[in-house]
Amino acid sequence: MSEHYSSFDRAGTLWLLQRITAAFLIVVLAFHFFLLHFVSHASEITFAQSQWRMQDLGYYSLMVLFLITATFHGVNGVYNAIVNQGLTGTPLRAVKWLLVAASALLIVQGIRTANAMAGIPLY
Amino acid sequence: MSQSYNRGLVEDFGRWTEFSAGMWAWIFHKFTGWVLVGYLFTHIAVLSTATVGPETYTATIQGLESLFIVRVLEVGLLAVAVFHILNGTRLLLIDLGIGLDSQDTSFYASLVLTGVIAVASVPTFLAGVF
Repeated sequence: MSEHYSSFDRAGTLWLLQRITAAFLIVVLAFHFFLLHFVSHASEITFAQSQWRMQDLGYYSLMVLFLITATFHGVNGVYNAIVNQGLTGTPLRAVKWLLVAASALLIVQGIRTANAMAGIPLY
Repeated sequence: MSQSYNRGLVEDFGRWTEFSAGMWAWIFHKFTGWVLVGYLFTHIAVLSTATVGPETYTATIQGLESLFIVRVLEVGLLAVAVFHILNGTRLLLIDLGIGLDSQDTSFYASLVLTGVIAVASVPTFLAGVF
């Protein structure tokens, strides 16, 4: 078996990523709520307004990054909660891969949705 | 030098009468986290109507927003998000060694501020539903 020379502790990397995504999400989630409930009002949202926002490359990129970081932070949080409940071995591995698959589906579907709003024909 | 201690099984919710502020903070953070991740999947599912067509998207969003229960749930979602943000900020600062001696106070402050923001947002969230 080959040696693993990296000094990275994988558990430590996930721990750090959970905190980095947290710092990002604190700002972007607050911005998202403020923009779509207090600046604009959710009840007045139309496709044209969503399209207008999503056609801005900066906004589109921020929303895609928001989707990816929120998915990671949320699903990794669920995984940690399940570990805290004491699940181990094969059941834990099964849950892990189920969560990975759910995350991948959510990110793909979220990007398809963003593309549909932005008028990008990849959806 | 690091120290460890036996915190007992926090996951045993039958012990709730013995829980300290720190345990409540842990439970509320987990609960609000579960709600937010559940909402994330629901949110993308609803927004996915944009892939069907502009009219379907607009009709879906405006149809949901016309329901009183949806507006009430949105206030609940705001409260959950605000608490998770405030308590999460508190946790990040504690990870950095800031505010170690005032953890109970900062947790109570997070709860009070969440309540104030949620109540203050009610007029905005319920506007036009009646």
